[in-house]
Amino acid sequence: MSGTLNIYWQSVIMFMGVNIILSSSLNIINGNMGEFSCGHAGFMAVGAYVSSVLSVALFAKSATFGAPLLGPAYAVWLFPVVLLIGGLAAALVGLLVAIPSFKTRGDYLAIITIAASYIVKSTIENIGIIGGARGFMGMGRVMDAMENTIHLPWIMIWVFLGTVFSVWLIRRFIYSTFGKGVDAISQDEIAAEIMSVNTNRVKLVAFMVSCGLAGLAGGLFAHILGYVNPGSFTILKSTEVMVMVYMGGMGSLSGSVIAAVAMTLLMEALRPLQIIKWVVIPLLLVLLMQFRPEGIMGRRELVDIFPGLRKFYTFKG
Amino acid sequence: MTQYFGGLCAVSEFSVSLEKGELAALIGPNGAGKTTVFNLVSGFYKPTRGEILFKGRSIKGKKPHEVTSRGIARTFQNIRLWFDMTVLDNIRIAQHHALGYGLLDCFLRTPRYMRREREIEDHAMQVLETLGLAEVAHELPKNLPYGVQRMVEIARALSIKPDLLMLDEPAAGLNSADVDGLIKNIAAIHEEFDLAIWMIEHQMDVVMSLCSWIKVIDFGATIAEGTPTQIQNNPDVIKAYLGDETI
Repeated sequence: MSGTLNIYWQSVIMFMGVNIILSSSLNIINGNMGEFSCGHAGFMAVGAYVSSVLSVALFAKSATFGAPLLGPAYAVWLFPVVLLIGGLAAALVGLLVAIPSFKTRGDYLAIITIAASYIVKSTIENIGIIGGARGFMGMGRVMDAMENTIHLPWIMIWVFLGTVFSVWLIRRFIYSTFGKGVDAISQDEIAAEIMSVNTNRVKLVAFMVSCGLAGLAGGLFAHILGYVNPGSFTILKSTEVMVMVYMGGMGSLSGSVIAAVAMTLLMEALRPLQIIKWVVIPLLLVLLMQFRPEGIMGRRELVDIFPGLRKFYTFKG
Repeated sequence: MTQYFGGLCAVSEFSVSLEKGELAALIGPNGAGKTTVFNLVSGFYKPTRGEILFKGRSIKGKKPHEVTSRGIARTFQNIRLWFDMTVLDNIRIAQHHALGYGLLDCFLRTPRYMRREREIEDHAMQVLETLGLAEVAHELPKNLPYGVQRMVEIARALSIKPDLLMLDEPAAGLNSADVDGLIKNIAAIHEEFDLAIWMIEHQMDVVMSLCSWIKVIDFGATIAEGTPTQIQNNPDVIKAYLGDETI
């Protein structure tokens, strides 16, 4: 693998995967549920830190935790478990937003999501043992340990599997009668509640699924870089993900995936412009909103545009 | 039961009892508190005083979705469908009280999930067919004419298999041909399904031709009740609707 693709392209592809998970999971809240969450980076941070600390403590020697609790040989098999634990932790922190969402919505909930992401960021900055504001490292050694056990580009494989897993999970969720309750809430919450949808439960589940997957993306992100610091999880990161969701089209899963790929490539293509990049990308967004406010896909999915794809699905959505 | 909003007494000492299989109406001038009564029963408000019993058990203070799952379904004065989802999906979502599977079943698509989803879809199609709406099953409600939207909303309420169906002004905004169709449909529903229907309605021909018992309220207080003929000749009702004769 490393022979056919150089390191640069490998990392671009991996960040593409992370962005796909982030945008498609945020799409559940901002697209399907019609809420406005601006704190996705906070949940990503929870997953990133929990899985990093766990993987370093379990599989690698480090200055902070000393000798590994389990040893490097276990890394290959237990790494997905570590990632999932990171996701679960993020899902639990998602309660911080999910519970207020029972009573508030719209702009007020948006402020709560920002607050939640700042709570996470400040908490991390103030815990000395995981590096505080300086950040936390050592995940590179875990990756090395995996490659030493079985010589394969492991991180690439995990990102690929994580992305497929997330999109698969979201698809199954939003196409079930249960998941369609999320759309019902966005279109008419009162009708949903009176028509037997337990809106509180549906909101709770939607937030936890979304935040949990953001945590999974965070775990992958941290292990790709081999290093995390709280500065990576600011409101700028949340905004980046939101841009992908609105660019793809609210409530469209394929739109989120397409937009995540397009944005990742666009940001790499504009890298030579350096700081001017942040003039060009917002400008593109303004133009997009002017001429195609519903995003690339609107509310449609790929199968609505190419009905031929339908035969690849075993269960109609 | 009684309901205050702040210092305003919206519904005062309201009392009604409906029998199984009954078709009753609640009428009164605008602002009389009719919809408030419906909102109290469907769990949208909690009555300040009083008790709401359904099938012998108290449903006072229950959340709307809990009330619905016990068998009380309703429609709204201004149609509240999910307009950007197909008619079929509208009906399917109303089966949330009887999903019969959890989040994990939905991720793993367990046999239980597959079976329930199939049953839900069959049930939804069946309800639509009974009401002659099968051909619009895959349309979006926002593209349908108003009269059909009304029927879809009634179909959605019926799909819950309620024991009590509350219709909040089902004839509002319909033309006279649609109203005739609606009267026939409600009569057919009442015949075919084993349920009680309670409706709020302003159009007297609907009320008079369908309902066996009518209750009239004004300013939150009950002013009359009885059979259609009794109500038509009641001086208090005429006064409430047309005003006092002396000016």
